Amino acid sequence: MPTMTVIEAVRDAMRGEMRRDPRIFIMGEDVGARGGVFLASEGFLQEFGESRVIDTPLAESSIVGIALGAAVNGMRPIAEIQFADFVWPAINQLVGEAARVRYGTGGRKTAPIVVRIPYGGGVRGGLYHSQSPEVIFAHTPGLRVVAPATPYDAKGMLISALRGDDPVVFFEHKRTYRLVRGEVPADAYMEPCDKAEVKRPGTDLSIFAYGLMLHYALEAARLVHEQDGISAEVVDLRSLRPLDTETILDSVRRTSKALVVQEDTPAVSVGSEVAAVIAEHVFFDLDAPVMRVAPPEIPPMPFSPLQEAAFMPSPEKIAAAIRELAAI
Amino acid sequence: MQAWCFICFNGSVMPDTPHIHRSAAAASNPLAQEPLPKIGLSPEDLAQMYRTMVLSRTLDERIYQLNRGGKAAIFGSAQGHEAAQIGCIRGTDPSRDHYLIYYRQLTAMLALGTTPLELLLGFLAREGEPLSMARQFPLHGAHPRVDLFSFSNVVATQVPQAVGVALADRMRQEDRVTIVFFGDGAASQGDTHEGMNFAAIHKLPVVFFCENNRFAISVPLRKQMAVENISSRAAGYGFPGVTVDGTDMIAVYEAVSAAVARARAGQGPTLIEAMVYRLLPHTTDDDHTRYLTKEEIDLMHREGDPIPKAAKLLRDRGLLSAAEEQTVKAEAQRTVNEATEKAEAAPYPPVEEMYRHVYSNSSGPSGKGSQ
Repeated sequence: MPTMTVIEAVRDAMRGEMRRDPRIFIMGEDVGARGGVFLASEGFLQEFGESRVIDTPLAESSIVGIALGAAVNGMRPIAEIQFADFVWPAINQLVGEAARVRYGTGGRKTAPIVVRIPYGGGVRGGLYHSQSPEVIFAHTPGLRVVAPATPYDAKGMLISALRGDDPVVFFEHKRTYRLVRGEVPADAYMEPCDKAEVKRPGTDLSIFAYGLMLHYALEAARLVHEQDGISAEVVDLRSLRPLDTETILDSVRRTSKALVVQEDTPAVSVGSEVAAVIAEHVFFDLDAPVMRVAPPEIPPMPFSPLQEAAFMPSPEKIAAAIRELAAI
Repeated sequence: MQAWCFICFNGSVMPDTPHIHRSAAAASNPLAQEPLPKIGLSPEDLAQMYRTMVLSRTLDERIYQLNRGGKAAIFGSAQGHEAAQIGCIRGTDPSRDHYLIYYRQLTAMLALGTTPLELLLGFLAREGEPLSMARQFPLHGAHPRVDLFSFSNVVATQVPQAVGVALADRMRQEDRVTIVFFGDGAASQGDTHEGMNFAAIHKLPVVFFCENNRFAISVPLRKQMAVENISSRAAGYGFPGVTVDGTDMIAVYEAVSAAVARARAGQGPTLIEAMVYRLLPHTTDDDHTRYLTKEEIDLMHREGDPIPKAAKLLRDRGLLSAAEEQTVKAEAQRTVNEATEKAEAAPYPPVEEMYRHVYSNSSGPSGKGSQ
């Protein structure tokens, strides 16, 4: 089986689906001759031409609004937002509009758009190239919100997103793009866009994470296993809306302890919801309070390297939390 | 300092100088005097347009009554906009074109074949409402037979969406035109700029149809923009912009027909600004006496009501006798009365219905658990 990086898996999924389905096209800033700033659409202009690889003006609201209109009229657009930090002008077209198309028309119209958003920090991105705005979308009924962490999931979930009939906000962690490599089947396959997955089974406690934090959590679980003999289960949330509560609760019922790890600031976040569903449904299975590893409540995230490192969760910080939770 | 006259819509009114309003006749379209074949409308077309305007006005008044009686929650009246909307729709082809409307579009909806009953089911939020299953404000949702939709109350979101609709047609090489309606208020939104710019770049088949009624709720044009006409902005994008008398259905029809022909010929978008008067407050919840004088309101009704103007146009051409005028009104009244009775007898949609259509797989109350 070939191995790929996350960005290669994203490119592979888009290319394969665009070859298969003429309704799919990509639009965004610099997606054409430049191939996207992260090269997700490298070579696409040559293969698919200007009509299906559309360099847009620098105007995020209309990137999503135009994609939405095209989707309502039978197309399957991929809208690329260059950086998550730049998605704010498009929030209205996504949260206010795309999420409500099916509902607000009694099912007469649908908006099957996939909005790809590179996000996340630890890349010396400062305040405006590091943000994790996923909770805004995860709060919104009508949207599907996913954040795959591995090349395998990136390809399989992007194909599912492109073949589904709902608007999908597809978060790709920038630091995983070239850092994470893994086996990816050459052919098309579909990974569900609404299921979490146990990436490392364990018995002592459950860690819930997504995106880059999934890899940090796996690294931390390996460390504490080697050094302390602690068996930590690592659950990759993958889908932030809907949350796969079944998989989350099943894991906590088995391990009786929960640690939520996230890169977004913790107040009113995806991690808050994970903690809430655990408290709501399996409170009496818990042997310890739910713990969280998350950044401080300051605007994400400082540019200066010591401060950035202090802001970001790390395998070491997660390992320390695991040891603390395991000791309760 | 120059003052503005909202009736004449210009900035040349000098304070302390007696001002004579530009008469509606002076601004009227010379085409109104042209023989019919030249403008592409038959006598029956004109009569049909007039009947729809009268039906719209009758229904509009009924919805106001229902609101004042506590039965219809809210309504943004189309009174004053009738000629602009009927003229615009007549210049398009409902069998293939796309329509993205906004909330003041009662006449357009009737012209596109939604029935008074369907619309009243919406105003009363009853079961069987075809646009949104009564989930949305009236006139929002998707038309059951024509490709028309309106999702939002956030003004101007429909502008880039319309451009996307047209982009899809272009990609499939389908000969269809997208008409997007908005008001002067929406013209200030960034989405309007972004949508127009993209449509211009790709020469997309879009007609941007602005019903300029001179007010964004209470904010007059002089506080919305420093130029005299919204249409002048089109030059900044690189496509034509025209201002027409929106109380003259033939003038609007002509302008829209030309814009649609231009779009079908692959020459790109056009911005049409139809100058109209909003004869009633912004909505049933507004009170325009807070920001207009009685004289201004009276003048607006005298100069800017498109229905007497349309009646005169038909009479001048020998297409409408006094007796026929009464018949048209009586028919509209009967239609609206029957529709009101049926709508009021309809039940509200059951609670279980609210869980459907959130996602492709949420088909009923079981969808509750699927988020």
